[in-house]
Amino acid sequence: MKHSVRACLLVLCCGCVPVASATEIRTFKDTTEQLRYEQLVEELRCLVCQNQSLADSDADLARDLRDEVYQIIRSGKSDEEAVQFLVERYGDFVLYRPPVKPITWLLWLGPFVALAGGLLFIRSRTRQHAATRSPELSAAERERLRQLEGDTRK
Amino acid sequence: MRLTFLIPLVVFVLMVVLLGVGLTLNPREVPSPFIGKPAPAFSVPQLHAPAEALSSEVFRGQVSLLNVWASWCVSCRQEHPLLVELAKTSRVPIYGLNYKDERNAALEWLARLGNPYRSSAFDADGRVGIDWGVYGVPETFVIDRKGIIRHKFTGPLTREAIDGILLPLVQQLEGEPG
Repeated sequence: MKHSVRACLLVLCCGCVPVASATEIRTFKDTTEQLRYEQLVEELRCLVCQNQSLADSDADLARDLRDEVYQIIRSGKSDEEAVQFLVERYGDFVLYRPPVKPITWLLWLGPFVALAGGLLFIRSRTRQHAATRSPELSAAERERLRQLEGDTRK
Repeated sequence: MRLTFLIPLVVFVLMVVLLGVGLTLNPREVPSPFIGKPAPAFSVPQLHAPAEALSSEVFRGQVSLLNVWASWCVSCRQEHPLLVELAKTSRVPIYGLNYKDERNAALEWLARLGNPYRSSAFDADGRVGIDWGVYGVPETFVIDRKGIIRHKFTGPLTREAIDGILLPLVQQLEGEPG
């Protein structure tokens, strides 16, 4: 019993430890360079396992592309040049943050359009509701209401 | 006017249709940025003749195919008989890019299953593959007379893809002036 509890705890603990798949040992000029590299491979998508970044993916191609990014950074080129290297070969798909251009307008503006549409809808509904609120009862209606209430009391 | 209560339902149905269509799309088919661009240059040893180079110059002056393959790739094996058949029945030359493979394994694979390629470039470290934006072997590029990439198939070729898209495209490109 005690053992199984311990085993469970162990499993839970392991689950909490972040496991990095990008395990290559790299040397950098300084921390800035290292941070640039780490940020880049976090932001670029692996094309083999499409929901993982280059940093997360264990795919062979991801390893090769990490090498490419590393070489580019080490050779003193800018982040933009590294990104451009990959976009030229694999398209905007490698970017987790796609650029704003006509084909991505829907992607960027869609949520705001949906939000605006929702707000307009709610506003028109509440206005309509306010407009159709039942008016005051007329004298005759009040009389009839009293009669009906009187009926039920009997 | 009374039907405004249906608006959420209509929006919901539209969403279902949109997402339903999305589900039928193939997420592997990423549009290639190379369509309409010149074939990236390379010059690497040939698979069968390590001392001789195969370069991207071969694509000039003729409509040709470049098929990216490897002996470790299961889907390549699946499409291979179709390539062998295509090499026999069509005049269009097929070049191979042997991607991140071992030379002996690749040679043995071709000896056993047939060799549809005029020649295969031996891309041991996958650098040519990266320059061509290869991410899922097998891939097949259609290149026109001017050395411009006109179409790319990602994943194994099927008979439908060959008869329906590839051969008509090759025929159309052969009609274009060089």
